Amino acid sequence: MVHSEQAEPTRRDFLYIATGAMGVVGAGALVWPFVDQMNPDASALALASIEVDVTAVEEGQSITVKWRGKPVFIRNRTETEVEEAKAVPVDDLPDPLARNANLPADAQATDPNRGVAGQENWLVQVGICTHLGCVPIGDSGDFGGWFCPCHGSHYDTAGRIRKGPAPENLLIPPLEFVGGSTIKIG
Amino acid sequence: MAGHSNYVPQSAAAKWLESRLPVISLVRGSFVDFPTPKNLNYWWAFGGILFFVLIAQIITGIVLAMHYTPNAGLAFDSVEHIMRDVNFGWMLRYLHTNGASMFFIAVYIHIFRGLYYGSYKAPREISWILGVIIFLIMMGTAFMGYVLPWGQMSFWGATVITNLFSAIPMVGDAIRTWLWGGFAVDNATLNRFFSLHYLLPFMIFGVVILHVWAFHTTGNNNPTGVQPKTKQDTIPFHPYYTVKDLFAIVVFMIFFSWFAFYVPNYMGHPDNYIEANPLVTPAHIVPEWYFLPFYAILRAVPDKLGGVVAMFGAIAILFVLPWLDTSKVRSGTYRPLFKQFFWIFALNAVALGYLGAMPAEGTYVLLARICTIYYFAHFLIILPMLGFLEKPRPVPTSISEAVLKSGSGKPAGATAAPETK
Repeated sequence: MVHSEQAEPTRRDFLYIATGAMGVVGAGALVWPFVDQMNPDASALALASIEVDVTAVEEGQSITVKWRGKPVFIRNRTETEVEEAKAVPVDDLPDPLARNANLPADAQATDPNRGVAGQENWLVQVGICTHLGCVPIGDSGDFGGWFCPCHGSHYDTAGRIRKGPAPENLLIPPLEFVGGSTIKIG
Repeated sequence: MAGHSNYVPQSAAAKWLESRLPVISLVRGSFVDFPTPKNLNYWWAFGGILFFVLIAQIITGIVLAMHYTPNAGLAFDSVEHIMRDVNFGWMLRYLHTNGASMFFIAVYIHIFRGLYYGSYKAPREISWILGVIIFLIMMGTAFMGYVLPWGQMSFWGATVITNLFSAIPMVGDAIRTWLWGGFAVDNATLNRFFSLHYLLPFMIFGVVILHVWAFHTTGNNNPTGVQPKTKQDTIPFHPYYTVKDLFAIVVFMIFFSWFAFYVPNYMGHPDNYIEANPLVTPAHIVPEWYFLPFYAILRAVPDKLGGVVAMFGAIAILFVLPWLDTSKVRSGTYRPLFKQFFWIFALNAVALGYLGAMPAEGTYVLLARICTIYYFAHFLIILPMLGFLEKPRPVPTSISEAVLKSGSGKPAGATAAPETK
């Protein structure tokens, strides 16, 4: 052993290390409130869920609502749009995952997994481009869905990324139909 | 720094102060007696110009903060209040917004001057690195300042830039939420940006002092790149460069004033006069002109994380530049091949700026990719190889020799040689 000739650790060594370690723990504990104060506060967390009446949204129409400060697209899709989306094989998609908060994380990005369960004409998604957070424009782009004007991402009629720099499909928030015509988001 | 002063306090008061805090000899050693190469051209004036713009930004900023309200519901109106109601508010705000552009015009010229004359090379690496740090803090300050008026470009610029951090694997989303203080850019974000926008200029000021301290320790670089060897190679900073810098500052003020008073919105974007709307993204969002080259690099890479890495890499590469340039010769004046590549690089940077302003589609994307590759190739391939391939022209033995040989039309024997008096 290289250190065999050194003296045994003394009580003083122990005190140095113990004091230093306590100092590090104390400094860390003191720093944390200064870091954590920047995280979402209680009032931001309180806005976590909304209910939207969608009776007035006819087939082929969309509305945008605000949830947690972000736009949420609620679209009553036409049959053609649903058929188009169903016709795409999952293997052709840049992002094969459904990105649906109501399904397991590994669910496939098929059209039924994107639409609202049991009411496939409804598509509810967070209207934030997964690239850098712009709001895509509806009824546009090369795939008849959404197009993000900032950096040119094209989404299809099921909100799945098809072309451009965005890495993921548009996110689907936790949601459920409450009664026949009200959607609860969050 | 103080070591350059031959100041001896004369009055009783000066003696009293000097023996307690040698601040007079510090200032004299740094900005009065400091021996400066006698051949500095006007490209060197941009250091002084930058210092002037920094002070101007701090002063206009402090008074604007007396009238501005950092609240998502009130910010936009408070800026209009400054423009319409506050005495001289329009002038203070236009000086401050155009001052940011002036700051970047001057800093880009200053950086390119350093690149051409090899100011980053030993022994000035630390000064160069501190300069890159100042550039980074400047970018952060300018970005957060642009958010404060809370217009559409403010909001969506903030959204896009903060989303860059979500590209970081694993912790990206948590970092983004932490930066926002919520689930989108909102009041919490505006408040913290205001706080930091007020803080960062003072940090810039601190790093500027270190930056100056570093090159006052090594001595200034100069157009020949040759270190001063004798007293004949240098002149005292005051009055020679105080006057030269002051003249350059006045000329720059004319340029600055023309923008601030005649075309104050030329470098801005009309969408920023529309109040922020989190539900609608403007059809064509672009950052301020000074970020465009980096924005073009971001968009050139067809992958989110890759684009972010390339964009930050484009700045980070400047930190290691002193070790990428293998040439022993400092100044571009004596490097025939480097000189050509320098200008290609400068054109390439301007081209990136142009492409950053264009929509990300078709030929623009292809061109942006070519320019991005060239940007990195300049640092990673061209500069390291030039040192071996290039045959530099003979370097003068001293600054004096270079100055006297250049034949500036002085009659023989009429050299004033003020430094020898």
